[in-house]
Amino acid sequence: MLSGSAPRTSAAAQAPAVRQRRKHHLWVLYFYGSAIGKKAVMAVTGIVLLGFVLMHMVGNLKLYYPDAERHLNAYGEWLRTFGEPALPHTGFLWILRGGLILSFILHIHAAVSLTLMNRQARPIKYQGGRSYAAADYAARTMRWSGFIIGFYVLFHLADLTWGNANPDFIRGEPYNNLYYSFERVPVALVYIVANLLLGLHIYHGAWSLFQSLGLANPRFNQWRRTFAAVFAAAIVIGNVSFPIAVLAGAVDEPEHITGEARLIEHAHTLGTAAETLPGVTFHA
Amino acid sequence: MSKNLNLTLRVWRQRGPADSGAFGTYKADGINDDMSFLEMLDVVNERLIGDGKDPIAFDHDCREGICGSCGFVIDGRPHGPQPGTTVCQLHMRHFNDGDDITVEPWRAAAFPIIKDLVVSRAPFDKIIQAGGYISAPTGAARDANSTLIPKPTADLAFDAAACIGCGACVAACPNGAAQLFTSAKIAHLNLLPQGQPERWSRVTSMVEVMESYFGSCTNYRECEAVCPKGISIDFIAKMNRDFLQAKFRDKKKLAGGPLGDAG
Repeated sequence: MLSGSAPRTSAAAQAPAVRQRRKHHLWVLYFYGSAIGKKAVMAVTGIVLLGFVLMHMVGNLKLYYPDAERHLNAYGEWLRTFGEPALPHTGFLWILRGGLILSFILHIHAAVSLTLMNRQARPIKYQGGRSYAAADYAARTMRWSGFIIGFYVLFHLADLTWGNANPDFIRGEPYNNLYYSFERVPVALVYIVANLLLGLHIYHGAWSLFQSLGLANPRFNQWRRTFAAVFAAAIVIGNVSFPIAVLAGAVDEPEHITGEARLIEHAHTLGTAAETLPGVTFHA
Repeated sequence: MSKNLNLTLRVWRQRGPADSGAFGTYKADGINDDMSFLEMLDVVNERLIGDGKDPIAFDHDCREGICGSCGFVIDGRPHGPQPGTTVCQLHMRHFNDGDDITVEPWRAAAFPIIKDLVVSRAPFDKIIQAGGYISAPTGAARDANSTLIPKPTADLAFDAAACIGCGACVAACPNGAAQLFTSAKIAHLNLLPQGQPERWSRVTSMVEVMESYFGSCTNYRECEAVCPKGISIDFIAKMNRDFLQAKFRDKKKLAGGPLGDAG
């Protein structure tokens, strides 16, 4: 078809810039050096992060259990002790964290380098403005929503993992930390806004990953958008409900029941000492 | 019943690649609404020539929407407001009397402006040269139907082959990416039996050349929306899939080439 088209006006006029790519001998680097490779990495790391975000939200639904504090703190303790004695204390947790940190870094690195590549591809914008025929708000704000979510994650860690942004922080008592964090209205608002942006990011990302990995099929194409919308909605509804529930007083004030206290109580009902329960180690 | 339109055009004027360029404003009065957009520009140009002024330069050839020569951005949209239509097939009846219309060339680093609305699309030719062909033995012509192709496959390959290489996909893409063009050209051959021998080297080579000129795909779907031939972004997914498969299949010969296709 192309050969049948009109002769192009003299291309000698001005040759466009050609990006030369270094040939890496290491396959992984060569693969990652291509834009499609980077997008595939973004899709795969996106799937890892989606899995994390979903499990994080589902885990926090324990906030709505009748005995929420015990359950949430015990869940936190379980994450630290899981895999013992085969793995050291918090070993399993650090394997998860390692995967997450790697995914996060790769996701951001790929996004930044592709954005720079794309800026170079159109150095002069449309001087008369442009209109959008298909790209929705979520797609057009991916870079902004991603950028803000990145900073929100740092705040979230400082608030509920490291504790330096939370004056009421007690290590090992997630229920207490979460409760007193969300009780502060500005902090609750940060969580709500950040999760709305996360939903927006997922709405495009969870659809886009299918395209990036080449997963298109007439049988399920129409469900890709539904999947992304449902996933985004589930995350937003779940996560936004937590600060709202705390602010609305629908969640009980902490009574400082730690996971260890729960285990001791559980052992008591069994009529044994907590130390004799399988897989339990206490860290004073 | 046709009627006449009085329009105001804001057209990008640029003497050459090195010129910075600016919009020029032109009155287009008494335009018959049965004219195509290009015929409207012909009328404006005749008047400009009559006044001893430089006419507006634009690419065109077949004027029946199949050659891929014409194309520019009208009111922020490549090929203008009518979906599935090149500017040569866009009729003035889609505009209203008194409209202000902004006309601008494709904007991409890979498509330098030659003059006014004319851009060089030479990088498209480079992509084709990298693998948009099949190798076939010469000699006596074979019987047309000696290679059997399932009807749905032939139809899909033809859908991809409908790409006229106009460049609207690049123009519409916020990233200045050429994924829709490249993927259509790859799919057209990779779907067919005749394209199989070079399937994996084709996708690696064409993608590599594409990425040396253009941006990357972030799945905005703008290209599909403005494509005058309705090329589907499903072909982009297929290209990604073939590219990833080629990369995993072709471990020793990363750059592709005939030996790299083994296995």
